[in-house]
Amino acid sequence: MAAADVTTKTTEPTLPRVPLLTTHSVERELTGWRAWVLTTDHKKIGIMYIVTALIFFVLGGTEALLIRLQLGAPDNTLLDPATYNAMFTMHGTTMVFLFVIPIMAGFGNYFAPLQIGARDMAFPKLNGLSYWFYVCGGVVFYSSLFFGAPEAAWTSYAPLSDDAYTPGFGTDAWIFLVHLTGISSLVGAINFVVTIANMRAPGMGWGRMPIFVWTILIYSVMLIVALPVIAVAATLLLTDRHFGTHFYDASAGGDPMLWQHLFWFFGHPEVYIMIIPGFGMISEVLPVFSRKPLFGYKAVAAATASIAFLGTLVWAHHMFTTPSPTAVLVFFMIGSFLIGIPTGVKLFNWIFTLYAGAIEFKTPLLFAVGFLSMFLIGGISGIILATFPIDWELHDSYFVVAHFHYVLVGGAMFSITSGLYYWYPKMTGRMMSESLGKWSFWFMFVGFNTTFLIQHSLGLDGMPRRIYEYGDIGHWGTYNLISTIGSFILAFGLLLSMINAYISLKRGPIAGPDPWRANTLEWFIPSPPPVNNFDVVPRVRSVEPLKDIRQEVAARSQTVEATPSATASA
Amino acid sequence: MPRKSLVARLRKGFIPLAAAASAPLFFAQNASANWISTEHGGSPNADAIHSLYLILMITGLVVFFLVEGLLVYTLWKFRAGRGHEAQQIHGNTKLEIGWTGGAAVLVIILAVVSFFKLGEIRDPPNSDASGYKTTTIAKDPGTNQKIPPDGKAMHIIITAFQYGWRFTYDDGDPSTPNVYAYRDLYAPTNTTVLLDITSQDVIHSWWVPQLGGKFDAVQGFHNWTWFKIPASKAGSVFRGQCAELCGRNHANMTLSVHALSPADFTKWLADKQAQLEQAKVEGAKQRAVVDAGETLK
Ligand code: HEM
Ligand SMILES: [Cu+2]
Ligand SMILES: [Cu+2]
Repeated sequence: MAAADVTTKTTEPTLPRVPLLTTHSVERELTGWRAWVLTTDHKKIGIMYIVTALIFFVLGGTEALLIRLQLGAPDNTLLDPATYNAMFTMHGTTMVFLFVIPIMAGFGNYFAPLQIGARDMAFPKLNGLSYWFYVCGGVVFYSSLFFGAPEAAWTSYAPLSDDAYTPGFGTDAWIFLVHLTGISSLVGAINFVVTIANMRAPGMGWGRMPIFVWTILIYSVMLIVALPVIAVAATLLLTDRHFGTHFYDASAGGDPMLWQHLFWFFGHPEVYIMIIPGFGMISEVLPVFSRKPLFGYKAVAAATASIAFLGTLVWAHHMFTTPSPTAVLVFFMIGSFLIGIPTGVKLFNWIFTLYAGAIEFKTPLLFAVGFLSMFLIGGISGIILATFPIDWELHDSYFVVAHFHYVLVGGAMFSITSGLYYWYPKMTGRMMSESLGKWSFWFMFVGFNTTFLIQHSLGLDGMPRRIYEYGDIGHWGTYNLISTIGSFILAFGLLLSMINAYISLKRGPIAGPDPWRANTLEWFIPSPPPVNNFDVVPRVRSVEPLKDIRQEVAARSQTVEATPSATASA
Repeated sequence: MPRKSLVARLRKGFIPLAAAASAPLFFAQNASANWISTEHGGSPNADAIHSLYLILMITGLVVFFLVEGLLVYTLWKFRAGRGHEAQQIHGNTKLEIGWTGGAAVLVIILAVVSFFKLGEIRDPPNSDASGYKTTTIAKDPGTNQKIPPDGKAMHIIITAFQYGWRFTYDDGDPSTPNVYAYRDLYAPTNTTVLLDITSQDVIHSWWVPQLGGKFDAVQGFHNWTWFKIPASKAGSVFRGQCAELCGRNHANMTLSVHALSPADFTKWLADKQAQLEQAKVEGAKQRAVVDAGETLK
């Protein structure tokens, strides 16, 4: 490699791929709260997304703990049925629409531009708009607590969600949440696609894009495909509720199945939208801490794309118990089985990334490995549920609750935590405490499995989901008590990480630009990065540009360890 | 090459792993409450679901132990600080094609096994000769209805509503009134009972775990399933519960299926019929009183 090619000044005319910025006026830098509220800086918006999503996560988690307290003993009377239904409706809706999707948008916002060597998102103002739409959606939804909370579950099945059965403001608030967060995600997704397609660093072809950027791209495309459908479905529900239409009302010639088809045409891709950026984070963390390249980069990118594609074709596996012909069930069973193949491929690629590496057990790696081991369980129970004759027995039971929490908590949430520990130094300039991080991991790991492993048994023993009370049947009392105890262990583990993040803001050791000796471009610049991100954008020659730079510097200075921009961080 | 030794190791580990994974099978046979496999014992379809579930679960457990074992082994063997360097491997096409193919083969096998079992679960068998007398079932076109080979079964219409169940015993004879009941379903043993499930308001879901899978009750739709309780279960009561969120009282929308020998069932049905007749007579008397302009006591 020619030494002169390692970095290239962006002002050189040989770089046509980076759009030149022009400005008509220079505005003064904002300070104080206005610096945050009016910002169009992708990094600030990213942090606002992450912090807001974590606040909603605390709300959703509190609702989960209330649910678990109510279910802790047979015939419990802590919550009345209306409150209980409101709690799981708000819990599910919060976790999906106000926590996982937006926090992924937050990480994407902060790191996708940095990883491709861009100075901001393609449309910075739209980016701000997208964040504020998200906040509005959350506020409208939670305001329903004061006017009557929604009770029709996060799936809002018609006709239960119709005004005849669920009058009041709650379901309307749910509909507005779907619309507002939908606009937010749609605008954000278009922004991501344009940014990723047009603003990559010189030399970064599609085949050299970090996997996390790949997953954000796929996440965005899936949002663009799925969101319009739920927007239509929710609008029809709104007109059914208030303007005298009967789209979902069988007693007037409408079709209740229509809601389920529309909802799940969005809803199934949605679960992949929630997990795919997590795949990306894991694919960044594993190579860094095993000091090895990702095993089969192309296979991982291709597998992610095919999961996304197949994911749009399997929605009716949520509808195996509806009155549908066998041929339909068979089609959706086969489709769901097929997804198992690329998913298995990725799991092996990740394990073989660790294989023959030199694995450093830092907190991000622990969470990534926790993800691998638990996502596997969710995948296996997923195949079992995709077998429709078995799903007839297990659908809408606690087995399903266990399954999707293995995917969403063991999968999405553990990857988010891994990403948080991994990127915290970049965002704040400080390291989080390793020992507190490890304690947090073990509490979360043990607590999570205590809570949710036993729920498989509850479902097998015949307990349906979404019931606010149950009699002293079989082992339900014991199993539920175990699950409730586990949920508090899990919550304690989460609390440790939150405390860790909070105290490390001031007390964490200074991170420097590249504390993990990582491979991607965000580690090339100081932590936290300056407003314009890159003074010089390096020319990219592989999937791991920073490793190339490190090796080049090492070769030139004859030292093993090297931090290329150490001077810039001081 | 570390890869070869690994494959060999996996092969050696496979048999004990498979044995360990199938251990729960033996527990499952003895356990009274179910913690490891689906509920069953009340009807052949539930039993077939149970055995299909065991096949998938054991396969799943083998996969789980293999993959998790590989993961733990990898983490242990290649932890940093043991004086080795990370090998800069970017991939291995053969290996990757290998596990893609392996996953595909596994999935195909599971699909084939499931289709093999599907008939037993979905299609109702004939009633036994010792069962309760059955009637010829009319075809319900455009639905997922399946009829026993001989075309005959007992026919019960299930209408779900907020928050209860109405069971109508369709005797196939329009000239006599059909017996109906709420919440408690009495059914004869050794007899194939076809269930025609619908709803008069929101969506509910029929689920009696020991009698097979759940089927949604949707207004405007007919959803068909069946059960056939063996003679040995006469006298048993099977617990059931609505499995689709239907409103605030969803948790209390329970039901029971009482298995009666055909003889007892005949008696029960005759009793019910007599009660219906009685009620009709009483009703007519009261109507006469009202029609005569007097008030009811
Ligand atoms: C913090 C630990 C958590 C606990 C203890 C917990 C507990 C529960 C429980 C017990 C239910 C079932 C309620 C019922 O059916 O009656 C439930 C439902 C649900 N949870 Fe969680 N959960 C947790 C975290 C999460 C996370 C992180 C997500 C998403 C990323 C999530 C997504 C959902 C969804 C979508 C539902 C379905 C809600 C519905 O039935 O409408 N949960 N959760
Ligand atoms: Cu799905
Ligand atoms: Cu119900």
